[in-house]
Amino acid sequence: MKVLVPVKRVVDYNVKVRVKSDQTDVDLANVKMSMNPFDEIAVEEAVRLKEAGTAEEIVVVSVGPDKAQEQIRQALGMGADRGILLTADEDVESLAVAKLLQKVCEEEQPGLVIMGKQAIDDDRNQTGQMLAALLGWPQGTFASEVKKEGDKLHVTREIDGGLQTVSLNLPAVVTTDLRLNEPRYASLPNIMKAKKKPLDKKAAADMGVDLTPRLKKLKVTEPPKREAGIKVESVAELVDKLKNEAGVL
Amino acid sequence: MAILVIADHDNQSLNDATAKVVAAAQKIGGDIDVLVAGSGASGVAEAAGKISGVRKVLHADDAHYEKRLAEPMAELITGLAGDYDAIVSSTGTDGRNFMPRVAAKLDVMQISAITGVESADTFVRPIYAGNAFATVQSSDSKKVITVQPTAFDAVSMEGSASVETIGAAAFPGISEFVGEELTKSDRPELAGAKIVISGGRALGSNEAFEEHIYPVADKLGAAIGASRAAVDAGYMPNDYQVGQTGKVVAPELYIAVGISGAIQHLAGMKDSKVIVAINKDEEAPIFQVADYGLVADLFQAMPELEKAL
Repeated sequence: MKVLVPVKRVVDYNVKVRVKSDQTDVDLANVKMSMNPFDEIAVEEAVRLKEAGTAEEIVVVSVGPDKAQEQIRQALGMGADRGILLTADEDVESLAVAKLLQKVCEEEQPGLVIMGKQAIDDDRNQTGQMLAALLGWPQGTFASEVKKEGDKLHVTREIDGGLQTVSLNLPAVVTTDLRLNEPRYASLPNIMKAKKKPLDKKAAADMGVDLTPRLKKLKVTEPPKREAGIKVESVAELVDKLKNEAGVL
Repeated sequence: MAILVIADHDNQSLNDATAKVVAAAQKIGGDIDVLVAGSGASGVAEAAGKISGVRKVLHADDAHYEKRLAEPMAELITGLAGDYDAIVSSTGTDGRNFMPRVAAKLDVMQISAITGVESADTFVRPIYAGNAFATVQSSDSKKVITVQPTAFDAVSMEGSASVETIGAAAFPGISEFVGEELTKSDRPELAGAKIVISGGRALGSNEAFEEHIYPVADKLGAAIGASRAAVDAGYMPNDYQVGQTGKVVAPELYIAVGISGAIQHLAGMKDSKVIVAINKDEEAPIFQVADYGLVADLFQAMPELEKAL
């Protein structure tokens, strides 16, 4: 089975982003960029499927700027076999990304797509579900466990109140949650080897997909500030304040 | 304008989030219908009819909707979409699962997790873990929206909308429910609780949660939460996680115990009415958002707090 893993280049999760003073967007000049953490989990899961003999080939695909090659190389260093970069300088919305991935799936015919449940920049949580819809495939979102059972895929999902297991026909789309696995670091020899692995580049605009955004960003603002309150000296004072000042007990 | 709100429920009871989603739908403006898709969920459909401002309840009852899997739900909702200008659900794990599937089938770019409605086509939503808020205008003729319920005040339950039974849509038959493990708890549900008490990595173990967090939660009738660090360390299951990658809560009172206050945690609780932080590190960022901060060792403070309540 071939596994396709879409990854996104995003601001590193340790960076505290700031809003530009003209409120057009957040300021991403000179900040550290990384692979979206949920996508790293997806790459790791694909590599584990390959190590277990369930997957034969892992193809990593990204839609983004030329520099997204770095994230694809990282995935190749972790154990993926080859990469595809669909270059786009402007932000491409989830729906258009899903349509681009649909084209890639038609070409590559993967048996499984594994990707992060959401990107930590836009926090939209939708590309995987959209891709599944466009392909008419089932979806196993927010996965904490993925197991092949005969010709089906069993996906355990993190849902409100606990865990749910579904059985999916293949091919399918799986989106990863935090507890699925702990991604490995690529070793230096593997990083060196990854440099020789094939990486195809195509312009996203040449894929025959309308990339025109549907959502217009009117402004980006700072979150409402919450003022720090007071320090209390003791538990007794705390309980007194909560009862008599805040009135919440 | 007509708006279809997808109800959150477990076939037994209607989740409080639905009345908050209806509040958001009222701000968009138009006739509001509520879809209850489930199995043996007629009690839920009746309850949905009581939500103020609802025109009618559409009730689809079929074994295929029992667990509200994305594939049959998307089929049902897209079949109804022709009559509506907007389709809206909460950001619960059901809605987050099936709504983008609905959006793609309708060729619509979903607007996720809105916290504000500026007009019928313009919405406010958090980005970068709540470190910024984007105001976005949709050019899609139909809107598919998920709503962060904590950002809206529930409408009252004084309505008397009629319930209309509708047929099931074609069943895609590509996915199947196998089983579930739900956390059994007599405590209130985290997302809707009036009081939440959360523990962080400083607790050090699951036993410490049981010894120091549970008794106080029981005295307060509070739901229990945990920071991502505590979840990652295995002290608590993931469905207790409060934060960007977990649940967003906005209770009357939020008590953070041994939580330093990473950005991603603050994104999940900073809209709480009153925030209390108990942490022995007086420099912890959590104190910058806390209304009442107590610099203390939690292992001493928590037993004292339990006694004082």
